[in-house]
Amino acid sequence: MRYTLLLHYLELTEAELGEEAMEAGKAAFHAYAEALDREGLLVSAEVLQPSPATTTLRVRNGRLQIEDGPFADTKEQLGGSFVIDVPDLDAALAWAEKCPAAEWGAIEVRPSAVRFEAGTWIPA
Amino acid sequence: MDSSVTASQHQQPQLPGSSAVEVGEGSAAWVRAEQVARTSYGRLVALLAESTGDLEMAEDCLADAFARALRVWPRDGVPQKPEAWLLTVARNRGRDLFRSAPVRSSVPLDPEAVEGISPALEPIDPEAIPDRRLALLFVCAHPAIDPGIRAPLMLQTVLGFEAREIARAFVLPPATMAQRLVRAKRRIRDARIPFVLPERSQMAGRLTVVLEAVYGAYSIDWDGISGRLPRAGMAAEAHYLAVTLAHLLEQEPEAWGLAALISLSRARAPARLDGSAFVPLEDQDPARWDLDLVGEGERYLRRAARFGRIGRFQLEAAIQSVHCARATSGETDWNALGRLYSGLLAVAPTLGARVAYATTVARLKGAAAGLEALDGIEDPRIDRFQPAWAARAHLLAEAGRLEEARRAYDRAIRLTVDPAVRHYLERRREEAA
Repeated sequence: MRYTLLLHYLELTEAELGEEAMEAGKAAFHAYAEALDREGLLVSAEVLQPSPATTTLRVRNGRLQIEDGPFADTKEQLGGSFVIDVPDLDAALAWAEKCPAAEWGAIEVRPSAVRFEAGTWIPA
Repeated sequence: MDSSVTASQHQQPQLPGSSAVEVGEGSAAWVRAEQVARTSYGRLVALLAESTGDLEMAEDCLADAFARALRVWPRDGVPQKPEAWLLTVARNRGRDLFRSAPVRSSVPLDPEAVEGISPALEPIDPEAIPDRRLALLFVCAHPAIDPGIRAPLMLQTVLGFEAREIARAFVLPPATMAQRLVRAKRRIRDARIPFVLPERSQMAGRLTVVLEAVYGAYSIDWDGISGRLPRAGMAAEAHYLAVTLAHLLEQEPEAWGLAALISLSRARAPARLDGSAFVPLEDQDPARWDLDLVGEGERYLRRAARFGRIGRFQLEAAIQSVHCARATSGETDWNALGRLYSGLLAVAPTLGARVAYATTVARLKGAAAGLEALDGIEDPRIDRFQPAWAARAHLLAEAGRLEEARRAYDRAIRLTVDPAVRHYLERRREEAA
């Protein structure tokens, strides 16, 4: 079963965080992704640019609305996602616990419903 | 809450699906089906749900199987192995549902899942039916399940109580409770919470939640809620669950502690009422206690002690054991109780334990010291906590502060739902006049 780990955390700039902490964070994420990959569980991993780089779009009554900034203006922002393929929620939670961002943010563990692959929708 | 709410059609657990069947309540087949429902409900639900994680479907299939039993058993006789019969019928029903289009389109295709609910063609040996209730209990108390719905979920899936009965116990509108139960079950299915025991490293934390929920099921004030629902029935089910849990886990002292606690508390239940009048623990006649249950509780407590790891439920059981010892010694060892309550407050300082400690202090050092201990409890909930007001009222009366005692009794009486206890407090209030 596929689960998406949605990483939410407080956004700090590289300057606020400091170079050393930044490098340590990158190394931790690398080790984490590698461990998932080695176990054959990793489907995809994305780390997103900070929310100020976000553009939000809506179409209302046929009219396009484009805004700068994220969908929800909260202190903690969606910062990345890991899609993993594991047997059950306990396995997904165990991997979420190992995610470096669990230490400073919150990990939302969301089961997949269906995915599109080779022209068809496949149940998770 | 309206304690006059009575349950005119109260049976517990309600036989699933019985309302749709035209077989006389009380017929031999009906009685047998109800017996099987009471003893096997959780076992069958756990088995039917474990491969798909779909508790709702398992319960629906089982309800169908019970309905069919009520049609077929009166005609053909009760099968020799009723549990196996029900399991086979429910599994066939599950397979039929699975093959029908509406279900198929909304359920993920999983060959293992199809395999899991396919009918067992060979006859099922009831002795070989595995007991998966333990895994089901851990599913109900999974950290991903809202803490408030864990005990209700256990009551429904493991013990077969109806949502409306559970709603009454938890003082919620039936529709709200039903909705929350359904939501929790869908969550178990959709997020795929596995039907397994937690790993060794997680067992201690996860077990505490299960034990607390079982204890919660035991200590629900059923009397105050329905007036007619037999406390003994519910207590017996929770007792059974606690003992089963301890035996299945074997190596968990706190599980034995809970089994001991419930055994020892239940042992005194027969002496709790004299006719319809409430009798407080200290005034109970030990001759009316169930000494077999006391012995059972003591055995569990000794078994727990062998592991040398003390915990909340073992301490609470030890406290009950000291009270039960009055049956042989003729007196209550308040010093031992004082030490045990101190230990309990160190590991689990619940509001109830702190109030009970204060009354023990009063026994050892006088009413004034007890009142001082009560005043020292800093918890906003104490203002609405019936045992705290009852204890305060008794101690004030004992200290001769009668006017304050009457006010405290008034408060305690307003917070009391059990009619027998309310009547007792009213009498004590008059004595303080």
